[in-house]
Amino acid sequence: MSKLSQFSRSLAIVKKDMLIFYLKGPVVIMGLLFPFFLFGAFLIGRDLSHEYLFVALIAMTAFFTSTAVGPTIIPWEARSKTFERLISSPVSITTVLFGDMQASFYFGIIITSFISLTAIFLGIGVNLLIFIPVVLLSILTFSAMTILMSSYPPTDVPADVMMLSSLVKFTLLFISGIFVPLEKLPWYARAVSAISPLTYMVDALRYSVSMRGYFPLWLDLIALLLFSLIFFFSGVFIHKRVLEKRFT
Amino acid sequence: MSVEIIKAEHLKKYYGNFLAVNDISFSVHKGEIFGFLGPNGAGKTTTIRMLTGILNPSSGRIEVFGMDMKKHKIDIRERTDIVPEMANPYIDLSAMRNLRLMGRLYGMKGREIEKRSIELLKLFNLYEKKDTKVRGFSKGMKQRLSLAMAMLPDPELLFLDEPTSGLDVMSARLIKRIIREEQKKGKTIFMNTHNMQDANELCNRVAIINHGKLIAIDTPEKIKEIGAKSNVIEFSLSPFKFEGGIVEGRVEILGDKVKVYTGEVDETIKKIVNYAERENLKIISLNVEKPSLEDVFMALVGEKNE
Repeated sequence: MSKLSQFSRSLAIVKKDMLIFYLKGPVVIMGLLFPFFLFGAFLIGRDLSHEYLFVALIAMTAFFTSTAVGPTIIPWEARSKTFERLISSPVSITTVLFGDMQASFYFGIIITSFISLTAIFLGIGVNLLIFIPVVLLSILTFSAMTILMSSYPPTDVPADVMMLSSLVKFTLLFISGIFVPLEKLPWYARAVSAISPLTYMVDALRYSVSMRGYFPLWLDLIALLLFSLIFFFSGVFIHKRVLEKRFT
Repeated sequence: MSVEIIKAEHLKKYYGNFLAVNDISFSVHKGEIFGFLGPNGAGKTTTIRMLTGILNPSSGRIEVFGMDMKKHKIDIRERTDIVPEMANPYIDLSAMRNLRLMGRLYGMKGREIEKRSIELLKLFNLYEKKDTKVRGFSKGMKQRLSLAMAMLPDPELLFLDEPTSGLDVMSARLIKRIIREEQKKGKTIFMNTHNMQDANELCNRVAIINHGKLIAIDTPEKIKEIGAKSNVIEFSLSPFKFEGGIVEGRVEILGDKVKVYTGEVDETIKKIVNYAERENLKIISLNVEKPSLEDVFMALVGEKNE
């Protein structure tokens, strides 16, 4: 079976995920409504530059939208007994998870593009040659993170995964330089922020609006790429290891 | 000699310390309907999951179409499909979208999917509901759609896990008719069931599994011969009254009927007639039958599993 054929079949999984999961309640709440309420809370009462706000808005939108769909798909499918049918068709687990990752990716891209275009239309100056690859790579990384998030525990209760993924997401949100710039964090907080992929997105986005960042831009991009590979392949590995537990 | 489509050798499956399938070996030949019978928890679904590559056996070997399941899982799945025990189309998609998804997962072309989907929806009396979300379907409709999804890629081997379980009579009949038609087209069918009537009507051969071990494997008629040394006498008395001690052998009271399993037909009938005369009861019916597959199954696996 060729890789191309498996890729083509993964697109069938993407379409299925789009039709079923994009409009599920938890996805709409966590992926669409929540980041905007959070941004509103961040905005009110602060005198911040438009560029600073733009970076925060895009980072939160990309992060929350691209992590809203993925964590729930496998538990949802396990609960509704469709997962067994899916994995008994001629597609590998890697293909199924690659399809789920793409579904998260496209959801993130659609919403983030809409917000970005609106902000740029309203006059935010941004270097698109940096901005576009950074946003694409970051959304890919967060989408890959959802594969890891859904891998353990091998539950069929979507709320369990949502709870755990929310815990991870909020922790990352507060250590990644969105609310407080990295250079103003104490050294130990900066050390912790280095393990968050969101840190590198925020830093690279700042380059796209001000050509200044805490880390070199190349380091941000390499870190995001490495995070995406580690998240996806470790997620696939754990999913394969715990697959049997989903049926017992 | 017929071609072996499935060859299972010394399969064992542990869940932790629990041995769910205990060293079973069997083969399924091309074009046959093979019934896998057993009470709930006997190891039927675990076996079907191993044969479809969803679970790996703890030990033993599986060959399907002459290919090793460990090495050629995806190639094998290209030529097989399964209807798992729970009717499981996507309830948020329409019947047509479920079929399209299945077609795409099997690498079928768009036009081919549309044509075959419409044929199958008509065959399973679902065409009028093709654009309705499955959420509103009855269990029978879901199961028919599930079988249509499995038949869409025209697989050579179909795995059916309890295909008629809990269905209305019409749906069950339709599914059984289609299973027979698929067999006539040369398809091989592996069917898990605890419905003895289905197994008796459909299967060329059956295997009986209990507590993870195979306890019999043969044609339904030959399996019935295992119990042929005893007969079943079924009778009904009016007004209904019966004291079990008057006859020898296993006795079952089913509503207003009594079933006696015995090797001594003449003596037992005389005792029943004497009892009726003595108690001034009218004999409504009295039949002597050979044991059914269900009777033999019960004798083999024991009533405690029911």
